[in-house]
Amino acid sequence: MIKHKLALAIAATFTLAGAVHAQSARDYINIVGSSTVYPFTTAVAEQFGKANKNFKTPKVESTGTGGGFKLFCGGVGVEYPDVSNASRAIKQSEIETCAKNGVKEIVEIKIGFDGIVVASSKKNAPMPLTVKDLWLGLAKQIPEPGTGTLVANPFKTWKEVNPDLPAKKIEVLGPPPTSGTRDAFVELVMDAGCEEFPAIKGLDKKEAKAICQTIREDGAYIEAGENDNLIVNKLVANPNALGIFGYSFLEENLDKIQGETIGGVAPDFEDIANGKYPVSRPLFMYIKKAHIGVIPGIAEFIAEYTSDKALGDEGYLAQKGLIPLPAGQRKQVVMDAKNLKPL
Amino acid sequence: MNKKPQRDIKTIVNASLARRHAAERRFRWYGLIAISLGLVFVVLMFANIISQGYSAFWQTYIELPIHFDSAVIDPEGHRDPHVLENADYAALIRASLRAQFPHVEGRRNLRDLYNLVSSNAPFRLRSQVLDNPEIIGTEQSIRMLASATVDTFVKGNIDRHIDESLRSIKNQEIAWVDQLQASGQLKQRFNTILFSKGDSREPEQAGIRGALMGSFYTLVVTFLLSFPIGVATAVYLEEFAPKNRWTDLIEVNINNLAAVPSIVFGLLGLAVFINFFGLPRSAPLVGGLVLSLMTLPVIIIAGRAALTSVPPSIREAALGMGASKLQMVGHHVLPLAIPGMLTGAIIGMARALGESAPLLMIGMVAFIADVPGSFTDPATVLPVQIYLWADLPERAFVERTSAAIMVLLAFMILMNGLAIILRKRFERRW
Repeated sequence: MIKHKLALAIAATFTLAGAVHAQSARDYINIVGSSTVYPFTTAVAEQFGKANKNFKTPKVESTGTGGGFKLFCGGVGVEYPDVSNASRAIKQSEIETCAKNGVKEIVEIKIGFDGIVVASSKKNAPMPLTVKDLWLGLAKQIPEPGTGTLVANPFKTWKEVNPDLPAKKIEVLGPPPTSGTRDAFVELVMDAGCEEFPAIKGLDKKEAKAICQTIREDGAYIEAGENDNLIVNKLVANPNALGIFGYSFLEENLDKIQGETIGGVAPDFEDIANGKYPVSRPLFMYIKKAHIGVIPGIAEFIAEYTSDKALGDEGYLAQKGLIPLPAGQRKQVVMDAKNLKPL
Repeated sequence: MNKKPQRDIKTIVNASLARRHAAERRFRWYGLIAISLGLVFVVLMFANIISQGYSAFWQTYIELPIHFDSAVIDPEGHRDPHVLENADYAALIRASLRAQFPHVEGRRNLRDLYNLVSSNAPFRLRSQVLDNPEIIGTEQSIRMLASATVDTFVKGNIDRHIDESLRSIKNQEIAWVDQLQASGQLKQRFNTILFSKGDSREPEQAGIRGALMGSFYTLVVTFLLSFPIGVATAVYLEEFAPKNRWTDLIEVNINNLAAVPSIVFGLLGLAVFINFFGLPRSAPLVGGLVLSLMTLPVIIIAGRAALTSVPPSIREAALGMGASKLQMVGHHVLPLAIPGMLTGAIIGMARALGESAPLLMIGMVAFIADVPGSFTDPATVLPVQIYLWADLPERAFVERTSAAIMVLLAFMILMNGLAIILRKRFERRW
């Protein structure tokens, strides 16, 4: 008896595996990439699946921008993704990898902006920061005031960084190096803050880059993981700390936390949209042109994504916290998306 | 010689007795403290999850009189399904809301008003009309999902007394909600969506059905693979294999495998099943394969323990009656050991149910709105769904995350309870 059941079970599993091999067509869109774009793309995917009865809801994987491109550039065919989300533009090296694997025509769609905020608990008085303050507070090595020689960051409180700031301990909760938010923060805040020091400009380019981008490791900067909700909760529990995360989490939690001004500009919707707020980055979607017409629904999905209903100033993506493109740029993006203009 | 007076045994014992009793009392206290600490943490965890999650089992609905205006749905009156499918059902809801609140004016205010109802509502009206085109032209009282903001507010998770700019619901919206509540149009009902729908980006429409089905398919594959292979391995190693260096090596390796971090199995699965064999990403089939690699050592170890607990006299009696070795194992030893093996298997499956790390590597961390219907459909599992929801910005996902955790814990308790019952009912003590 048992023997028979065993044989049956094993046979069943093997036929199953065989059935998979036989399956060659895919009837849903496969999307991979950035966890920052994930909340927006999923909203479009859901809307698309509901509105079009002929198409299945696309699958959206949250793999991170780099991981997404790795899969996306793997090749052409049903086993490879059709669309990759990115919280930065595609790199030249990634385009080359893509080309090497036969992925030649890639369509880029810029979908909007994401603001990165430095926030703290509502219980605090606001703290007017600048990129220079943030760099001085967070860099591993800084030029010594007066002499300009590089020393390990001696600052313990914000008041030491800048006499106008409160005498609060430097304690910043932020994303780990694997995160796209961290990349953007380093590029937009650390690099920009660093540039204001003539002592570093004199250095060799590579060396200067390392000095500018290396975040201190003495406990003042705390890697709090990729979960932004966790950082929000920790800010509420610890009023001394500052936190770094995406704008949509600030917007959802305005009753608990406040965004600090950077260079005098507060992180609100309008100022991120018009570019006044300095720490914002564009978000992208990349589409494999060779898959259009092979996998059903890609063209329709792009149309839904770039429609005014989704991407417009009052579209549902704006309600989810995406900062829309300025109207002129959006027109261009919609045109390019319609014509599937490759990179 | 000045001999010390010999103290008799009794005094020595009496002197140390108090000390030894004290040591025992201390030891008992340590034990009690350890247990109560553990209990406190369990209670804290449950209290935290339940207090955050219980409200997710209720859902706010708004009942509105909807006039199924034939001029909007089917202006030509042919009842053409294609026309009915693409009609602007949102307009019906907008008209009803405007009629309810005639004094609201201005584009922005009207948009706030329309947002009281979930974005799912027009699709509901559509399916109602498609199911029953007769209702076109009539007025029906339709119960619609309230938006997540309204739901969160009604549940008291947004404080109405703080400044308007700090909360996601505006003063006028609160006034509308109050008015609907006063007229009895706003009601809370049991949240069936949570159990009947797949994932959604709108908290009020999000459910765990997709993740539950994904977990189910994954575990079926895991069980079908790991149980027979695990039992066969255990039987062979325990009953047939010679005891030599090779079997020792295999045994050490199996024990080691049981302690390998699960993410390693995920990497292995990615390299072998997806990249080499070309199985689809995100499929419960691959998830099940990976998890069965992880569960196998647990089942083998439990199986061997169950076999060794069968006394040798059974084997000797069977062999003495002329049974072959296979008959001895198949007819006598295995049936006696099966309850113990099943217990081990169920505990292994419970572990597999709670596992998320290896599935990250094989693409099961994904937004999948459609409920999976087969072993190769893209799917996610319950712990991954919890991970995904915990990372979303919307406030209303907090309670749903906790609710999903409660469901997962319920399944865990159920499975472990089953293991205990099996052990109590069927396991024989020798």
